[in-house]
Amino acid sequence: MNRERDLEALRRMLRIRRFEEAAMDIVRKGQGIAGSVHVCIGQEAAVVGSCLALRADDYMVGYHRSHGHPIAKGAALGPLMAELMGRRTGVCHGKGGSMHLADFSVGSLGETAIVGAGIPQAVGAAYSARVRGTDQVALAFFGDGAANIGSFHEGLNLAAAWGLGAVFVCENNLYAMSTALADTMASESVAARAAAYRMPGVIVDGQDVDAVYDVVSAAVERGRAGGGPTLVEARTYRYRDHAEYGNMDLSHRPAEEVEHWRSRDPVELLHARLLADGISETELAALAETVAEEVRAAVRFAKQSPQPAPEELFEDLWATPIETTPAMPAPPMPSPPGPVPVAAVPAGGAR
Amino acid sequence: MRTMSYREALRVAMLEEMRRDPSVVVFCEDGRFWTMPTNGFVDEFGPDRVPVMPISEEGFTGAAIGAAMTGLRPIVDYTIANLMYVAWDQIVNHAAKNRYLFGGQASVPIVFRAAMKYANATAAQHSDRPYPQLMNVPGLKIVVPSTPADALGLLKSAIRDDDPVVFFEPLRLWGVKGEVPDGDHLVPIGRAAVAREGEDVTVVAIGDAVPAALRAAAGLAERGVGLEVIDPRTLVPLDKAAILASVAKTGRLVIADPAHRTCGAAAEIAAIVAEEGFAFLRAPIVRVVAPDVHPPFSPALERLMYPTPERIAAAAAALVRGAAPAADPAPPATAATDTAARDTTKELVGG
Repeated sequence: MNRERDLEALRRMLRIRRFEEAAMDIVRKGQGIAGSVHVCIGQEAAVVGSCLALRADDYMVGYHRSHGHPIAKGAALGPLMAELMGRRTGVCHGKGGSMHLADFSVGSLGETAIVGAGIPQAVGAAYSARVRGTDQVALAFFGDGAANIGSFHEGLNLAAAWGLGAVFVCENNLYAMSTALADTMASESVAARAAAYRMPGVIVDGQDVDAVYDVVSAAVERGRAGGGPTLVEARTYRYRDHAEYGNMDLSHRPAEEVEHWRSRDPVELLHARLLADGISETELAALAETVAEEVRAAVRFAKQSPQPAPEELFEDLWATPIETTPAMPAPPMPSPPGPVPVAAVPAGGAR
Repeated sequence: MRTMSYREALRVAMLEEMRRDPSVVVFCEDGRFWTMPTNGFVDEFGPDRVPVMPISEEGFTGAAIGAAMTGLRPIVDYTIANLMYVAWDQIVNHAAKNRYLFGGQASVPIVFRAAMKYANATAAQHSDRPYPQLMNVPGLKIVVPSTPADALGLLKSAIRDDDPVVFFEPLRLWGVKGEVPDGDHLVPIGRAAVAREGEDVTVVAIGDAVPAALRAAAGLAERGVGLEVIDPRTLVPLDKAAILASVAKTGRLVIADPAHRTCGAAAEIAAIVAEEGFAFLRAPIVRVVAPDVHPPFSPALERLMYPTPERIAAAAAALVRGAAPAADPAPPATAATDTAARDTTKELVGG
């Protein structure tokens, strides 16, 4: 282990957990997060271990359960929380929300609500790096459910056929929504599928941030050196239901399974490891308090931020202004209706 | 002036832009072979910018999006418009939406080229004109050039545009030759062309309905009826002002479009003129379009599908005569009236 890196890992894992707990709290109290919210609590080591293996200018693509991924890549928390609350100061100006966080300033190329669809996009980012002559690597996160959709297979095949610097990290949390992976996939593992694309497939303990870091680092180095892509399957566990519906029902999961994974909480494992390495409880408590204050500040920032103004409805749609022949004098008829009356749309806080 | 075919214009546009801008790359299945306009490009631009493409429309479209968001300008050639459907999620859910979802953090400068193979006896899965479906998706610019000069100038503009542009090519026009201005010929996206001036009836014609409308105009001119043929060239953004200006002059409107009737480009243009130019109209608007049935394989049946000079001339002449209602003789949607309509069509096309 590397003490400094592990402290940074703990900081980022705590940021994710506290951030998502704060988001759940806002949802529960009806304080201004609309729509669906999918949290990754329990999976933080897989997310942070992978992102720490990346350079600042490397690319990362997330998916619908990806509040944690831009946080792990180094994004500021305030604009992320403001985005969840649909505020104009949100990292995506309130256009994307929980399932579409993106922070291009830290190489977070955005998230898709369509399972698996980000995988070929990460392949394209790796391809772009090659054409532009950089050694940037692109990492795609996805869940076990995505391993059964076509874009996973097409993306892996493209990356392998073209020999690109792409890293595919499957966070296998055993369930696609509520459906067990064992019921939907005949192969013994997601990683086994790598052989079909002639790339390494590695299974790693997704609760152990150091193990994830080591495996993903090797994959990143390989990709950066022109050695082609790697598929990593991080075995992990999601504590919460698929989404924050308000009535969590995990009755489909065996109690001993839940107990097993809960006993291997990634934050607690790392905390214990740092203690064993001689870091004091006081120091770890101070780090935890710093993170808690960062998250409180992010929530304050989001709650104090203004809602988007009606004229922002059309902003961000086009990059190049639409050009047409100059308008002729209006015909003698009532003018066409203006933009959609946004005032009639419930504010982001309605739920 | 140079003389070249529509197909050659496509090739020249891509060559000129790839020479001008090293970030332009081209994705095309079999693109290094056969009659593809990109045949030979790999020799000049190398395998990175002209990569070998597996039959993975969803995968390589996703890759193009990832590449576009990280600094490249991919041209994605589906070779047959229907093959876009395989990549529909990436085009509709991602290429069109990512810029908006991510609050303008990234643009998606891709040109999706789609040759429309209708009227070529390739049956329903190779013969669609899908642009109306994509007109319903904000965030995509849509171009349908009808001449070599416009194919060249609009493709160059599309490649330089920072938004995703879907570029539809009627394959029937690929072999048609025409004069093309010398030099760096650019046609702005969003500007209609007046293909022929006339006083009596405006014919807004799309794609290869433009040459059909011009032949209809030549025929009617001998009978003293003046058709003004407007080629929108771009369907999104649509040059409404040019269409309204023409209707203001003629007071009569025929819209000729080889796409299906329901919710088509013609329907949208008719709605715009009804809303914003109703006072100009001296007669009902007439659509000369494909009926709501799949393109049949049999050439004997398929010839009933698309706008012909005869159908356009008949519709325009009926408007001038004041025959009401001046309905297009294309088969209507119901089976009951289908036979009668087909007989009318037969009479008009002399079949």
